[in-house]
Amino acid sequence: MKVSEQWLREWVNPRIDSDDLVAQLTMAGLEVDGTEPVAGDFRGVVVAEIQQAEQHPDADKLSVCQVSNGSEVFQVVCGAPNARAGIKVALAEVSAVLPGNFKIKKAKLRGVESHGMLCGADELGIGENTGGIMELPANAPVGADIRCYLNLEDKVIDIDLTPNRGDCLSMAGLAREVGVLNKADVTTVVVTEVSPVSDAVHDVTVQAKADCPRYVGRVINNIDVTAATPQWMVERLRRSGIRSIDAVVDVTNYVLLELGQPMHAFDRDKLRGAIAVRMAGEGEKLTLLDEQEVTLTADTLVIADASGPLAMAGVMGGASTGVSSETQHIFLESAFFQPTTIAGKARSYGLHTDSSHRFERGVDFALQRQAVERATELLLEIVGGEPGPVIEVVSEADLPQRSAVILREERVKSLLALDIGGAEIVDILQRLGLGVEESASGEWKVAVPSYRFDIAIEADLIEELARIYGYNRLPVCAPTTTLTPMPVKETNVSIKALRRVLLARGYNEAITYSFVDPKIQAYFDDGEQSIALANPISADMSVMRTSLWPGLVQALQYNQNRQQQRVRLFESGLTFKRKGEKIEQVARIGGVIAGGRSEESWHGKVQSVDFYDAKGDLEALLSLGGAAETFDFKTKTHRALHPGQSAVILKNGQEVGYLGALHPSLEKTLGLSGPVYLFELDLVAVQEGRLASFRELSKFPEVRRDLAILVSSSTELSAIVQAMQASAGEWLSDVRLFDLYEGKGIEPGYKSLALGITWQHPERTLTMKKFPDLLIA
Amino acid sequence: MENLSVLVEQAQAAVAQATDEQTLEQLRVQYLGKKGEITQLLKGLGKLSAEERPEAGAKINVAKQQVNESITARKSTLSEAALNARLASETIDVTLPGRDKCCGNLHPVTHTMERIETFFSNMGYGVAEGPEIEDDYHNFEALNIPSHHPARAMHDTFYFDAHTLLRTHTSPVQVRVMEKQQPPLRVICPGRVYRCDSDLTHTPMFHQVEGLVVDKDVNFAQLKGTVEEFLKVFFEKELAVRFRPSYFPFTEPSAEVDIACVMCNGEGCRVCSHTGWLEVMGCGMVHPNVFKSSGIDSEQFSGFAFGMGVERLAMLRYGVNDLRLFFENDLKFLSQFN
Repeated sequence: MKVSEQWLREWVNPRIDSDDLVAQLTMAGLEVDGTEPVAGDFRGVVVAEIQQAEQHPDADKLSVCQVSNGSEVFQVVCGAPNARAGIKVALAEVSAVLPGNFKIKKAKLRGVESHGMLCGADELGIGENTGGIMELPANAPVGADIRCYLNLEDKVIDIDLTPNRGDCLSMAGLAREVGVLNKADVTTVVVTEVSPVSDAVHDVTVQAKADCPRYVGRVINNIDVTAATPQWMVERLRRSGIRSIDAVVDVTNYVLLELGQPMHAFDRDKLRGAIAVRMAGEGEKLTLLDEQEVTLTADTLVIADASGPLAMAGVMGGASTGVSSETQHIFLESAFFQPTTIAGKARSYGLHTDSSHRFERGVDFALQRQAVERATELLLEIVGGEPGPVIEVVSEADLPQRSAVILREERVKSLLALDIGGAEIVDILQRLGLGVEESASGEWKVAVPSYRFDIAIEADLIEELARIYGYNRLPVCAPTTTLTPMPVKETNVSIKALRRVLLARGYNEAITYSFVDPKIQAYFDDGEQSIALANPISADMSVMRTSLWPGLVQALQYNQNRQQQRVRLFESGLTFKRKGEKIEQVARIGGVIAGGRSEESWHGKVQSVDFYDAKGDLEALLSLGGAAETFDFKTKTHRALHPGQSAVILKNGQEVGYLGALHPSLEKTLGLSGPVYLFELDLVAVQEGRLASFRELSKFPEVRRDLAILVSSSTELSAIVQAMQASAGEWLSDVRLFDLYEGKGIEPGYKSLALGITWQHPERTLTMKKFPDLLIA
Repeated sequence: MENLSVLVEQAQAAVAQATDEQTLEQLRVQYLGKKGEITQLLKGLGKLSAEERPEAGAKINVAKQQVNESITARKSTLSEAALNARLASETIDVTLPGRDKCCGNLHPVTHTMERIETFFSNMGYGVAEGPEIEDDYHNFEALNIPSHHPARAMHDTFYFDAHTLLRTHTSPVQVRVMEKQQPPLRVICPGRVYRCDSDLTHTPMFHQVEGLVVDKDVNFAQLKGTVEEFLKVFFEKELAVRFRPSYFPFTEPSAEVDIACVMCNGEGCRVCSHTGWLEVMGCGMVHPNVFKSSGIDSEQFSGFAFGMGVERLAMLRYGVNDLRLFFENDLKFLSQFN
């Protein structure tokens, strides 16, 4: 909310300067986003009158004006189309300085001397570019300094109010708050009841009583809608961020800013029959003031007449019944709409208005009559007219109930660790306008005024006390507690440990978005179980990832596009799949590698990574829990992987992940330079380890026998090792492959494997003689 | 016996001439071996009288010792020289880079979360995690944000359907913890959160760490103490901390926490919009309605909660000036955070 400091100080004028006021508001929970001067930095600009304006002899678009500042007449060449004799203007005299340190000097424009410059509002930083010079009211005093005349020594304070403080969304409310903070008197506007001069009324029926417990209206006939809004009001509106439209709309906006009551004026001649406040019929149409046609839903409250909806209650009026330049008679509306009825409504139609903003947060439900009187008073001054009596339809039972809130001193002490005494508590609450009555010793019954929608329970009162007392003055203490030791499962491998293993193996950790491009995801997943967002930011972030790979591969792509030859990335996080009615959110850890096995260096030619690099990294992870042997790798194809270099990872026979080379055709599609290797597995599978269990060390030497065998190329090592384990006896301690050869000298379709087989007996030295029969594989 | 000293001199001269161990061994055998020239002299002692024998024997032994010492000394000189020669030949350029030195880095967000977790673990907090696809109840309703509450407009929510959404904050984990456990509770809930907003200063996904303490006699002073202590430890310096009234539907009283700008020490700079203060956290006392939804008696227990944006803290800690860098995963960025 933008607030003119000058205007605020008319209501309440604490003896603190502008900076202190801003700091005070912020520290009271009314956060100030910033302040800015209401005008640009200029001097030497005065109110002047154009006495004569003639066409420039050598320029079509320029005029030569004779301008009086009351004591002297200057010749000024001006390019504005509205420069004409008889109007009051802002004259920057020679030696004036305009915003941006622009000095006005005597000049010649196309051969004609110019002594000064006539200013547009934008040139002085006090309004928008209107395409011409600023025209001041006819009664503006010639010769007066513009800064004085327009009261420009003012600042706009921009306050970012939290949604609970709807009561501060007006000058009256803000002044009340500043008054409390400074223990200063607040001057309120005295609203006088305007006596009706006609008996003109308009019928109002409120069907939706619960949604609109109070509806106040008034007819004002025979207004002069062409009357200009006074300069002071235009200025106040401008400083509050509202543009002047016409006098009637300006007055309703002014009352909104002053008192906080949103109002609306209907062109009475356009109303067909009685005003009805009712819920919209599903599908009813309404063209709003901004010419936008909306299709209403049945949960929208509308102001209607016999012809249908006229306005979206509390949000925006309709185009058909708005005040126009032809309007003669108006019907003023000042209603209290229930916050829950209006809340979210504007947003559901993509709207947000000053009115909906206030109604959503709660408008003082005792304010409607006062607001109508204030608006009438202002309108009569500006546009004249004949007011009828105030019409009020109220359903007392549906107005918000303000039940008294009990406050216990004990509770203040225990929640804030603060003992300020009953007297100060009562004083703070009373300053806030709350009714305080002692109901027992150290206990009060607190009555909440109609403008406070945020006080319903004791905690709300405690917050008010803390706020006015000052959060920063509240005591601070170190937290104390009885510590209960937290059980830590030793067999659980922490994510921290897993991360450290990958870091040590040269991986960087990536964090990619949890939503991905469905097109990219489709390369990795059939998409049957993927979950799409209803309102994604963009198409390429519209489905939840079912795997970490799409994100990792894109991160790889990003880096390869930036000349990174060697990339190793890992990520851990949730993946999301729909399983029937349920959504499965599974934590996984995955990695991608591409490029050199090590960084380019003087140690020799760097080889490109292969499947076994990725597998080694993965095996390092799997071994952390001490249960590496529960994992198996089995050949299995995957839509994104090279069919000959793809393995499923099994834990005790259950699939927990995949490892493999990215499919070469996918590599090409994604524009990656390959080969690229990927792995991914369920986090819980690696995190569940096994408790270490001691095995007696043998004091006797090991014996080893090396064996070279020729097998068909398609024979998997795991089958050979399994066969050996099955037949090499109980003292077998290790089988390892130490060479693999295919090619020259070996029959095509075969490979030569060299295996080292080790035995060790716990209680005696083994001799090779005992084993020859075991070595026939 | 006259030639004994000649013999020793001869032997010593030969030893001095020797250039390798083998030659020295030959000389040892030649002079001191069983049939060595000096050893032979000992055998001639029998020809001497009993009076002469001890003196002559002693002389021969001295000679043996002298030769032996010469050989040993020469040996060590030679081996020292050999070692020196080897060492000289093996000298390398120690400034050449080592093999496979590269070690990756944690993402700065994870690193920051780990630091936060460490602080609170040391303070006796447990770590709780929750789902990222949440239901409306846990993300809003149970946190005292009924539908159409104006605060919902502040959470630009990603929806899947009317009741399912991406959590907009880590606060629903609080609720899930309270549903499962009775006080005393001390937990932090770190994780990803999502808001439908993307511009220079917003990414649609970011990270929060939420903290919750529920016990008997938990008060605002303890909240202030905890938060101040954390911020000092996190930034590793004494810094001014201030609490400002604010509004969160799930806490009452609620506060925003500002710290003196760590970039300019509160002098005012671009980062703090020349205010000298930086907003870093939100916090407050748990709202009785939140306790009610979770089945905790607010007369018996009280609690505080706080929440912080991890990226924001990381940006301030390391001077990162663009939020979006966190999710581009550029190696040049990631490798800066050791």
